[in-house]
Amino acid sequence: MTAVSRTNADLPRIAATLRGEVVQMSHRAKTPHLASCLSCIDILTAAYWGVLRIDPARPKDVTRDRFILSKGHAATALYATLAHAGFFPRADLDSYNVAGGHLAEHPGPDCAPGVEAATGSLGHGLGLGIGMALAARIQARDYRVFALLSDGECNEGSVWEGAMFAPAQKLGGLCAIVDFNKWQATGRSQEVMHLDPLIDKWRAFGWQAVETDGHDVEGLIKLMSGVKPSNERPTAIVAHTVKGKGVSFMEDDNNWHYRIPTEDEVAKAFAELGLS
Amino acid sequence: MRNAFADEITKLAGARDDVVFLSGDIGNKLFDKYKAVAPTRFFNCGVAEANMISMAGGLALSGLRPIAYTITPFITTRCLEQIRNDVCYHNVPVVIVGVGSGLGYASLGPTHHSCEDISLLRSLPNMNVVCPADAWEVRALLNAALDQDKPTYMRIGKKGEPQIHASTPKLTIGKAERLRDGTDACLIGTGVLLPTVLDAAYKLKDIGISAAVVNMHTVKPLDTALLADVFATFKVVATVEEHSLIGGLGSAVAEWAADNGPFKAQICRFGTRDEFMHETGNTKYARALFGLTAEDIVARVRRAVEGGPRA
Repeated sequence: MTAVSRTNADLPRIAATLRGEVVQMSHRAKTPHLASCLSCIDILTAAYWGVLRIDPARPKDVTRDRFILSKGHAATALYATLAHAGFFPRADLDSYNVAGGHLAEHPGPDCAPGVEAATGSLGHGLGLGIGMALAARIQARDYRVFALLSDGECNEGSVWEGAMFAPAQKLGGLCAIVDFNKWQATGRSQEVMHLDPLIDKWRAFGWQAVETDGHDVEGLIKLMSGVKPSNERPTAIVAHTVKGKGVSFMEDDNNWHYRIPTEDEVAKAFAELGLS
Repeated sequence: MRNAFADEITKLAGARDDVVFLSGDIGNKLFDKYKAVAPTRFFNCGVAEANMISMAGGLALSGLRPIAYTITPFITTRCLEQIRNDVCYHNVPVVIVGVGSGLGYASLGPTHHSCEDISLLRSLPNMNVVCPADAWEVRALLNAALDQDKPTYMRIGKKGEPQIHASTPKLTIGKAERLRDGTDACLIGTGVLLPTVLDAAYKLKDIGISAAVVNMHTVKPLDTALLADVFATFKVVATVEEHSLIGGLGSAVAEWAADNGPFKAQICRFGTRDEFMHETGNTKYARALFGLTAEDIVARVRRAVEGGPRA
C-alpha cells in the first residue's frame, strides 16, 4: 500500500503549516478549541507523515490503518491534516463551518475522506477503536488502530471501561495516545480530577504505557511504529504537550480553549510560525 | 425467548462469518453452543455496557454485524449516548438486544425494569424498534434485523412465555401482522403482552364484543398503512404494551392519529403508569398492579365500545 509517509518530508515545516491552517480556520469561522488543536498537531504530523499505512486515494481500503480523533473538538487539526496529506483538496478547508457544508466543528460520519468516525462527545473513540481492532483480528487483517484522546477526556468512565477490556483481549494492534496538555475546558486537569500519575494508570490497566514529549515528532513516530497486532499488549502513549503549542501568546493559556484570534493575532501567529 | 435467541444466533453465526456476539457478562452457559460454533466471534464484554456499544459501532464500521446483548436497562438507558452517537449517528447495522424487557424482571426491582426503552430508542434517528411476542418471533425478527443495513433495537422477554406461533413466522420489520378479525374494537399489542391481548379478545367475544387483534411487532417504523385502515374502520382502538404510557407504542399510535386525523375512534392506551414500583412482586403481580391483565383490557374496552365514561 502506498503510504502518506514521506521519508524526506520536512516534518517541522508541515507541522507549522498545519498550525497556521487551524489558526486561520478558527479566525475565519469564529470557532473555539484552537489551543486544543495546536497541542496535538505534532501527534497528527507523526501519524500521517510517519506511521499510518493509508493511501489517501483509497481512504476506504479495508487494510488501511485507522486513526480516530476521539478528542473531536480538535476537528480543524484533523481536517487540515487530511487536506495536506492529500485526502481532499486544501480548498475544501474554506468550507469549514460554512452553512450547508460538511466540515462541522466536530467531525460527522463520512464528512470527508479519511475521517474514520464521528466524534465530539468525549469517551467514545477508544471503544470504537477497540471494535475496529477486534474486527482486524476476526477478519485476519494486520492493520493498526490509533485513537487520540485528550486528558480531559480521561475523566470519562467509558475510557476506563475500554482501558480494561483491550488488554484482556491482548489487542497489540491498538494504540491510545493521550494529548496530555494539562488543561481541560475550565481548569487544570490535575485539579479537576486526580489524573496523575496518568502513565501509571494505563500501566496498571495492563497497557504497554510509555510517555514522551508530544512535540517530538521523530520520537512519536518511533513509539507509534512499535504498535503491532502481534504485540502482547495494547500501547498507551502519554504525550506531554503544551496547550496552544507553537504560538507564544497562546501557549499554556487556557483562555485559548475558547478564544478566537483576531486578524492581528493571526498575523502574529503566522510570523512566529514562519508562514506568510 | 432467551433460549430461542441463543439458538438462533448460534445458527446465524454458523451460517455467516460476519456475525459477532457481544455479551454484557450475562447468560452463564447459555451461549456455550455459540462459542463452540464461532469462538473468535464471541466476546464477554464485562459489566461495561458503554464500551460494549462503542465496540459494536467499531465492529460494524469495519463491515461486521455485531449483536449486543444484556439485561434491558443496562443496554439501553445506561449506554444511551453510545447507542445514539456510535450506532445511530453512524447508521451502522448493530443489533441491540435487551432481555427481560418491561416487567420481565419484576421481582428484581425497578433497577432491572425497563418501561422507558421503547420511548428513548425510538426517538433516535435511524433506529428500528422491534418487540417480539414469542420465541418464534425472536427468531424471525433477528433474521429480519440482520437483513437490514441499519441499527435495530429488539426488546425480548425472559423465558417460558406463551407461544402465539407454532413455527417461525415470516415477519417484515415495519409491517404489522393481523392476528384476528373483528368489528367493534381493534386491539393493537406489541411484545410479551400479545398473548394477554389475544386472551382479552377471546373474553370480549364471550360478552358479545368482536375485537380484532393486530401484532405490532415493530414500533418503529410504524405500519402507517395499517393504522390508516384501522382508524378508518374501528370506533375503538386499544394499544397494549409492557412499557410506560409515555413514549411507547401507545404514544406512537396517538402521535400518528394526531397528525393524520381527525378520526372518530376512541384510543384506549394500556401501559405502565409514570411511577416506579415500590413493592415486591413477580411479573404477574406487576402486570396486575399496572392494569395490564386481560380482565383490565376487557373492562376498559367494553366501556369504550358501549360508550360509557372513560376510567
